[in-house]
Amino acid sequence: MRLLCVLMLAACGGRTTPAHVVDDTARSRELFGRMAKVLLHPRCVNCHTPDESPRQGDAHLLHDPPVVRGSANRGVVGMQCTTCHQDHNAELARIPGAPDWHLAPVEMVWLDRSPAQICEQIKDPARNGGKTLAQIQDHLAHDPLVAWGWHPGAGREPAPGTQAELGAIAQQWIDTGAACPPEGGAR
Amino acid sequence: MKLTVNGTEHQVEADPTMPLLWVLRDLLGLTGTKYGCGEALCGACTVHLDGVPVRACVTPVARAERRKVTTIEGLQHHPLQQAWIDAGVPQCGFCQAGQIMTAAALLEANPKPSDEDIDHAMAGNLCRCGTYLRIRTAVKKVGGAP
Repeated sequence: MRLLCVLMLAACGGRTTPAHVVDDTARSRELFGRMAKVLLHPRCVNCHTPDESPRQGDAHLLHDPPVVRGSANRGVVGMQCTTCHQDHNAELARIPGAPDWHLAPVEMVWLDRSPAQICEQIKDPARNGGKTLAQIQDHLAHDPLVAWGWHPGAGREPAPGTQAELGAIAQQWIDTGAACPPEGGAR
Repeated sequence: MKLTVNGTEHQVEADPTMPLLWVLRDLLGLTGTKYGCGEALCGACTVHLDGVPVRACVTPVARAERRKVTTIEGLQHHPLQQAWIDAGVPQCGFCQAGQIMTAAALLEANPKPSDEDIDHAMAGNLCRCGTYLRIRTAVKKVGGAP
């Protein structure tokens, strides 16, 4: 009997990860993969750029007219974001708009980043604006500027799903441990 | 709605979504501000809201309520205007009101702008006559350059 117990422990490696934890981690990674499909959509990523300029369109072209980020991510005097962008889409002029239109800070760059990289930085307070995961979820689920991604105006493809769905997925991702997908995982 | 334009209060009957440019030109008769592209791409319609440049062609008049609107008519005797004359900036002249409004805001925030500062601030004001170098010269002159 003693030998049987020793053999069983040996077969299990002595220390095991409970099955529900393994399941949660895999589930969490899968959930972030679904979030990444939104985060990497042109309607979102075009304002999460690594340089001075936002992007435009599905091909991520440089903003025209040329603009620069400025110290507050809202342009410079004479060419602030709200010089042209209103708090709503200007349909006749085809200018997108939403409340507080501005670029994401440069440390929140998503353009050309992988889901794994975005996941790590979105959890890092030094690169997410000092937010907790709960605040990240709230931002994704309720921020009016984020909401624009699903109401981008005529001629622009909306982000996948709805903002409510993204908020729900983000909450599930947090509840399952906020695990990040491995590098090279599905985009 | 009440609008304060160039220091004068006006009562206007306008749909809140009407572009500020239409109110200025058609309802108040202030035709110094020009209609260029109607899509905020050329800068000809630039005016100030509380001192900050906006494109009047796409700005709903409701955004201007309870704020100070300044047009080119309200920019009387600004040093830029003399500098514009001295440098012979205007050619056809159509874009110049918008150019001066943007330049005035730049100088208010940055009295001695560099070439790069000027280029960044003025990048959204197009001039089909190609007066960009003269514009830069005039702005720098007001900023104290020889």
